[in-house]
Amino acid sequence: MIVDSPFTIDNSPIKIIYQLFNANNMIQCKTSKAISGMGHSMKRKEDARFLHGKGNFVDDIKLPGMLYMDIVRSPYAYAKIKSINIEEAMKVPGVAAVVTGKDLEKYGLHWMPTLMSDTQMVLPTDTVMYQSQEVAAVIATSRYAARDGREAVKVEYEPMKPVIDPYKSLEPGAPVLRTDKPGKKDNHIWHWQAGDKEKTEKVFAEADVVVKQQMYIPRIHVVSIETCGCVADYHKVNNHLTMYMTTQAPHAIRTVIALVAGHVGLTEEKIRVISPDIGGGFGGKVPVYPGYVIAIAVSFLTGAPVKWIEDRSENLQADSFARDYHITAEMAGTKDGKIQATRFKILADHGYTDAAANPSKFPVGLFSVGTGSYDYDTAFMEADAVYTNKPPGGVAYRCSFRVTEAVQAIERITDIFAKKVGKDPAQLRMENFIKKEDFPWKSPTGWIYDSGDYHAGLKKVMDVVGYDALRKEQAEKRARGELMGIGLSTFTEIVGAGPSKDFDILGIKMFDSAEIRVHPTGKAIARFGTKSQGQGHETTYAQIVAEVLGIPAENIQVEEGDTDTAPYGLGTYASRSTPTAGAAAAVAAKKLVDKARKIAAYLLEVSEDDLEWEPGKFWVKGAPEKTKTIQEIVFAAYTNHPQGMEAGFEATHYYDPPNLTFPSGAYICIVDIDKETGGIHVRRFVAIDDCGHIINPMIVQGQVHGGLTQGIAPAMYEELIYDDDGNILNGTLMDYLVPTAVESPKWETGHTVTPSPHHPIGAKGVGESPTVGAPPAIANAIIDALSPYGITHLDIPITPFKVWKALKEKGAI
Amino acid sequence: MNKQITVTVNGAQHTLEVEPRTLLVHLIRETLNLTGTHIGCDTTSCGACTILLNGKSVKSCTVLAVQANGKSITTIEGVSTEVAMNPLQEGFKENHGLHCGFCTPGMIMRATELLADNPDPTEDEIRWGISGNLCRCTGYNNIVKAILYASAKMRGVPTASTEPEFV
Repeated sequence: MIVDSPFTIDNSPIKIIYQLFNANNMIQCKTSKAISGMGHSMKRKEDARFLHGKGNFVDDIKLPGMLYMDIVRSPYAYAKIKSINIEEAMKVPGVAAVVTGKDLEKYGLHWMPTLMSDTQMVLPTDTVMYQSQEVAAVIATSRYAARDGREAVKVEYEPMKPVIDPYKSLEPGAPVLRTDKPGKKDNHIWHWQAGDKEKTEKVFAEADVVVKQQMYIPRIHVVSIETCGCVADYHKVNNHLTMYMTTQAPHAIRTVIALVAGHVGLTEEKIRVISPDIGGGFGGKVPVYPGYVIAIAVSFLTGAPVKWIEDRSENLQADSFARDYHITAEMAGTKDGKIQATRFKILADHGYTDAAANPSKFPVGLFSVGTGSYDYDTAFMEADAVYTNKPPGGVAYRCSFRVTEAVQAIERITDIFAKKVGKDPAQLRMENFIKKEDFPWKSPTGWIYDSGDYHAGLKKVMDVVGYDALRKEQAEKRARGELMGIGLSTFTEIVGAGPSKDFDILGIKMFDSAEIRVHPTGKAIARFGTKSQGQGHETTYAQIVAEVLGIPAENIQVEEGDTDTAPYGLGTYASRSTPTAGAAAAVAAKKLVDKARKIAAYLLEVSEDDLEWEPGKFWVKGAPEKTKTIQEIVFAAYTNHPQGMEAGFEATHYYDPPNLTFPSGAYICIVDIDKETGGIHVRRFVAIDDCGHIINPMIVQGQVHGGLTQGIAPAMYEELIYDDDGNILNGTLMDYLVPTAVESPKWETGHTVTPSPHHPIGAKGVGESPTVGAPPAIANAIIDALSPYGITHLDIPITPFKVWKALKEKGAI
Repeated sequence: MNKQITVTVNGAQHTLEVEPRTLLVHLIRETLNLTGTHIGCDTTSCGACTILLNGKSVKSCTVLAVQANGKSITTIEGVSTEVAMNPLQEGFKENHGLHCGFCTPGMIMRATELLADNPDPTEDEIRWGISGNLCRCTGYNNIVKAILYASAKMRGVPTASTEPEFV
């Protein structure tokens, strides 16, 4: 159904009364291509500058008198610092200063809070806690001189035996690592739980079938192709700091800087954070790293701009990791395959400090969505977090707060359960899915899933891939001893954090914002509290405004990332931009339509009720020749507005989402495995995603492609590996295997459309779904291929060696 | 001891004094202010710094500036004018072959040599041909499409639809 007016706002929450898509899920456009509102595959407005080499990334910024900073890092995972000798370093031509923890201590800047309200050293005064930790900073007049200075700093260490294994870290008698915390007697950080423990125990005790699997979700790294860095530019006379930095959340960072440095006079109105073009984020550019703080401190002390750009090895070895969850997953059900309960127990290795990037009240992020897409009412989950001598973190890696871990657990254990009861995994899923008429649906851990049509998604992907024929082919191949696997993943995501009653980061509520200013000639600038790192906001946000207001998207300039000009918001991560700031754009634009109606009535000398609207113009009912375009109306807002009305044409909205959104997907992966070598060939991968209404199909599809490659990466290639002494064994891109175009399959993609009922344009967010959904589809396919030999599980990344070893152990080769 | 070199960059000749250890990528970015060439790693793995040196694509983080003495360099800024796009740039735009845009200049420089050597590559030849360049955003599907588009356009045959194959 397509209706005239896109929205009604009957106070709050906002009701959707329009439908962009027909029952066959075909994308329909309501606006013309000239306007390019939602549904158009508009080519991206941001592309030209990148294609001409005119992007503006942090390392491209060059200021007069700028100094360069390089960082001395620890070769040990755990050691006392006996001395730091800077004498030789200071003799290096061009070196201006060497900063140590003792220098920062004088200003109370040697510690900083993490996003999870833990504490982290900026620079150590006596002990290093992980390999590659920052030990001292060298400031020089050139990049090369800073590196020379770094090599000349002599640090004397007294190495200690580190704690690397998280299980051993919890054992009684393990050395207490965080001796900086008064009274801390162990390495336990926190315990978390959700669901009903007793009820779950009862269902498990009485169930026909119980399956259990220990699984490790490895430590991995986001590897955005641009590393992290900044230019801190403090002006003494004005007491003003401009901080250019690689951040996904500039506004929150400004507040954090004010909280950390307020005591030295750097208060929030004196801080401007600018996040220029960002070369990929994936969660790795949410945290505050010591390098940023040291650069600010040095600029503050010297009055000169200071640039710090980490190299790739530093980025891999010291910046926030993702995952590192040890999970015991259990499922209980009936012998005919009805899921009755799940139970998950997690040990979370946080490294030296809990520097996860999660909403404050959610130490395991949104893991509790891990009951999955299935209709049952009993679950219990618990997690314990632990300190070890590894780098801190717990960031997303293109995932909404630990949802990838949850989806890996539920989708693997579902397959294991299907195998145990002897059912086809697709059939078992179909029989257990929540039905579309049962939404909104309350999950056993308390989430209200907004909407979904899981049966439609799975049916579609099975049709596209030709599921029955593939199973037949597989049976024939098995009879010949060949290994072919078919793997499914039918996941539910949870994104768009989040409603202010539950969601905050360091106390700041997780709303987001949009401000639209329309200039007299009918062209607009729209500013947002989010920050694109490649997602295409300059195009999609313009399309949302175009959809509602009818001003061509081409004429809407989108800006983000400058805290002096953009409205406050919590930034871009966790697939939250469309669910929050995108919603804010739609509501702000709707406010402008309301104002336009008043002006049109005045210009056409009729009452507001006598007007008809479609995006771009009002006309008098029954007299379509009496028309005022949005451009004419806007011009009047500056030149001929009704007496008593506020002049100008602009609106701002801070959108507080009433609920999260729950995108879903149904993926099928087909693999062929070479028995002799363990080599895995992904023959096909088909992904059907449901992210609600689609703003720009080209961009949504692009997001899915990229997310899928970041799904195959941890499933088959990536893992940060540490030895018992805490040495990283693959801390460069020579040995940390980021998939190239050769490893990355030719992705096949499609969609179903189940709009979010509470979002103003029915959109849900999509950037991370494929990263979340792909790994279990790949793992399930590989295990399916190996199952004739009794292999029921392998931890990701599943490498040829792991496959070969498992086949060897089972006597298959 | 600095050394004098002469390089031709995007058609303009420069005579410069450089430290012998200066990496070519730093000469390009910091001395010549051509910041379209990026640095994404320290091990010659990512390809973000790819340029053409006498027409051959090289990773400029692993070439010393002095090794470029007397040679001709093309960077992303030199592949077209700012008011028009060449077929590769157009292919990337039409096919959504870039997200964050950080790897893009290196990809385009690599693809430039690839198409010069093999004007009508298969999809597989493109995938192997760009396997020295990492992209973390796009999943490569659309980069491959972009290069196929440019190949068709440069050979004067009709380019495929750029609408997403989104079933």
